[in-house]
Amino acid sequence: MSDTGIGKSVKRREDIRFITGQGRYTDDITQPDQTMAVFLRSPHPRARIVSIDASAALEIPGVVGVYTGKDLSADKIGDIPCGWLVKSADGTDMLVASRPPLAVEWVNFVGETYGIVVAETLAAARAGAEAVVTEFEDLKAVATLADALGGPQIHANVPDNLCFHWELGDGAQTDAAFAAAAHVTTLELTNNRLIPNAMEPRAAVGIYDRSTEEFTLYTTSQNPHLERLILSAFVNLAPEHKLRVISPDVGGGFGSKIFVYPEETAVAWAAKQVGRPVKWTADRSEAFLSDAHGRDHITTAELAMDKDGVFLGFRVRTRANLGAYLSTFASSVPTYLYGTLLAGQYRTPAIHVAVDGVYTNTAPVDAYRGAGRPEATYVIERIVETAARELGVDPAELRRRNFIRPDQFPYQTPVALIYDTGDYEASLDKALKLVDYAGFPERRKASEARGKKRGIGLSCYIEACGLAPSQLAIQLGAGVGLYESGEVRVNPTASVTVFTGSHSHGQGHETTFAQIVSDRLGIPFENVEIVHGDTGRVEFGLGTYGSRSVAVGGSALMKATDKIIVKGKRIAAHMLDAKPEDVDFEEGIFAVRATNRKLTFGEVAFAAYVPANFPEDLEPGLSEKSFYDPKNFTFPAGTHIAEVEIDPETGVVTVAKFVAVDDFGEVINPMIVEGQVHGGIAQGIGQALLEHGVYDGMGQLVTGSFMDYCMPRADDLPNFIVDTTVTACTHNPLGVKGCGEAGAIGSPPAIINAVTDALGIRDIAMPASPERVWRAAQGL
Amino acid sequence: MQQSGEYRIGASAEQVWRALNDPEVLAQCIEGCQSMTRTGDDGFTAVVKAKVGPVSATFTAEVTLADLNPPHSYSLQASAKGGAAGFGKGVAKVSLTPEAGGTLLRYEVEGNVGGKLAQVGQRLIDGTARKMADDFFAKFGELVAPGASEAVTAAPVAEAVKAKGVPGWIPVTLIVAGTLIMGLIALLSSR
Repeated sequence: MSDTGIGKSVKRREDIRFITGQGRYTDDITQPDQTMAVFLRSPHPRARIVSIDASAALEIPGVVGVYTGKDLSADKIGDIPCGWLVKSADGTDMLVASRPPLAVEWVNFVGETYGIVVAETLAAARAGAEAVVTEFEDLKAVATLADALGGPQIHANVPDNLCFHWELGDGAQTDAAFAAAAHVTTLELTNNRLIPNAMEPRAAVGIYDRSTEEFTLYTTSQNPHLERLILSAFVNLAPEHKLRVISPDVGGGFGSKIFVYPEETAVAWAAKQVGRPVKWTADRSEAFLSDAHGRDHITTAELAMDKDGVFLGFRVRTRANLGAYLSTFASSVPTYLYGTLLAGQYRTPAIHVAVDGVYTNTAPVDAYRGAGRPEATYVIERIVETAARELGVDPAELRRRNFIRPDQFPYQTPVALIYDTGDYEASLDKALKLVDYAGFPERRKASEARGKKRGIGLSCYIEACGLAPSQLAIQLGAGVGLYESGEVRVNPTASVTVFTGSHSHGQGHETTFAQIVSDRLGIPFENVEIVHGDTGRVEFGLGTYGSRSVAVGGSALMKATDKIIVKGKRIAAHMLDAKPEDVDFEEGIFAVRATNRKLTFGEVAFAAYVPANFPEDLEPGLSEKSFYDPKNFTFPAGTHIAEVEIDPETGVVTVAKFVAVDDFGEVINPMIVEGQVHGGIAQGIGQALLEHGVYDGMGQLVTGSFMDYCMPRADDLPNFIVDTTVTACTHNPLGVKGCGEAGAIGSPPAIINAVTDALGIRDIAMPASPERVWRAAQGL
Repeated sequence: MQQSGEYRIGASAEQVWRALNDPEVLAQCIEGCQSMTRTGDDGFTAVVKAKVGPVSATFTAEVTLADLNPPHSYSLQASAKGGAAGFGKGVAKVSLTPEAGGTLLRYEVEGNVGGKLAQVGQRLIDGTARKMADDFFAKFGELVAPGASEAVTAAPVAEAVKAKGVPGWIPVTLIVAGTLIMGLIALLSSR
């Protein structure tokens, strides 16, 4: 096997351009005659727009145009839709609030767009935006999750601000389990609101060509084809064949760039109005206000056990903040990506979950790294740890007693999913060894001698990745399928151009996918080019989120590559005067079995395009496409263990050790996987100790800059100890499960379990900031 | 946001009261004040232009007076709109107490800000507003009681602050305007 094949730690080829400033991001796209846009944004969390007077703005030199929601609706531009229809427990559809790209009459969160100013320069656009006089009638807002149900009604069609009341699992069976329980552990938990903060803010360049009536939209999207589909089918921007969406290099997404946003919609539309290209790049303040936020749950969880600590039933009641409008996948996150994961790694026979999804006057909340699974894992792993403490059982031992055993797969959970494979005890054992669990009491003593408090916390997570079987997803309300496309185009000189519907915005697809294809075709890694992120070049795609790229997109490439090999065998058979079924392909050589007749991949590729004497039934060319639709989710799982040391005098939590042992199935590039795990853990520790998106009582975002929103930095983190176990996914051709989100899913409960262990308390709210920890340490 | 303060002005309560109600005086005390108009017995409007680097914003402040008890006390409501920069709203109670050689002006303000201001500068509002108020009072004292002014250092919010002059609604509007300007600075530095 070559040193660039599957399983090798190949250095990321894209990093050369990223670290030398040669990346080409949306803001780097500059068009002739380009104009700049600035958005008018509501300063009020809830208000009626009484009037907008743009006359003074239009007199400012350089201002080209000012457009409002009325202009868009006059041009029949539609609402931005939510892509997943969730039904309430009573069978009724969720209540969808209308969301025009630019607000027409009502604004419902601070930062909501209600106009766009287009000008020759950014300075003129800003001056223009400043000169627009808008009169608002401001109204009392629903600022927090706790206020939502009793607060003022935000949308005329949504009583009590309740979008849906969703349930999953068998309530009666769960009640019976609690009736028979010897012990019940109850915990009230808050999953703090997070603001994604990708390094590159969102941006868009809209171009309209009058001669062809074609739009081109460069934008920071994780899924450009979905963007095009929604802008065509729902927003009525342009027919699909007249709209090209390009996502060039994108500097991080973490979910926040999955969604279709008002800004790129308005920018593309405005390009046609002004007859010139229009560019917009969010500044960091806009990103804080208007990127979809993450998490924000309040939950009551109850775990019923028998006298030996065997789990009998699990009951979960959650209120999830959806923000002011439903973002593209907002409804699926606290339901199908959350409730279905509540079995965790355990055999709990009866589970029932009810979720109220509510509107508030805050930025929309949608998928953020992990999307529902971190929230589920937090609930499960916090309550299991708490139960162990209440029962006086070692937390590792209590988990062991309840794990789904390796011989029980495939395992049907009480909450809809069928886990295909796993070995949870193997990950737990390895993690305990790596953290030196047995040596913890000694380390705690040593900390105490220095006046510090030391704690250890476990988290045995599972998640569902590789979104997902289309049939199931559509049945559950998804508006699109969840397959992926791949195309392998062999050029006449045997180099290969690969087109994938996945999108890389930091994940390293240009390396990983090239490893897969070059390995399978037995050709040099350098000869494979990966093309992604352009609806004009890639046939179709559903993009990258939910750790699906390799499991679904990579599998599509495997299928397409298999077709290349089949076609190559036919060509080789013809050239070698053999039957295709007698031709073997290995390491880039087509050979007739049991003979010395053979052709290289290059010879076959050349022949495919210079077909001297092909028979009628053998088409020239060597290019194949495939769509791969997974049969099931994949189920990465593992154990994270955090060890923290707390200074009771300052409340500062130091993460002394962090161990992650993950089962991602087969691994294509271990170095990239480790990088993904590192990034995820950093974000998870950020959630647990530092990050918090806060609105004040009036509905103003008060953590709107890096002064007030605390991002994790290198000195907040220890050197991570990362390892893997492997149970191969049983239903995709690569045996892979996905690794992009696990770090952010497994780590928060491990940290909070360690902090509560150190302080000897039952719970502490995330983020466990120095102030909160100090208060707890002082018994305040 | 809550704030209170006290300033000592070297003029009689009547003089201070008149000055507080004189648009000409007030306009001179506010940096960048483009206009200051009485809208009746109980109110003013002011237009203040603030410029920081390449960004300039014009703030329109409206002030309504109530509970007028000249020359002893009154209360007021103020709001300032800064367009894209955000807005501020506040209520204040002001009292003038004659003292030996002058007047003690005391104010209590409760206000809040919205838009970019709330987003980027919440934690800096108090300090900035205090500084804006102090700068104003320095000028006000110079105008109302020239020569009788003495520079005084600001003390913590809960304690009395010695200064020269104290106009009633001005601190509120200044706090509001100050936070707007401070917000712009923060915005610039965040870019």
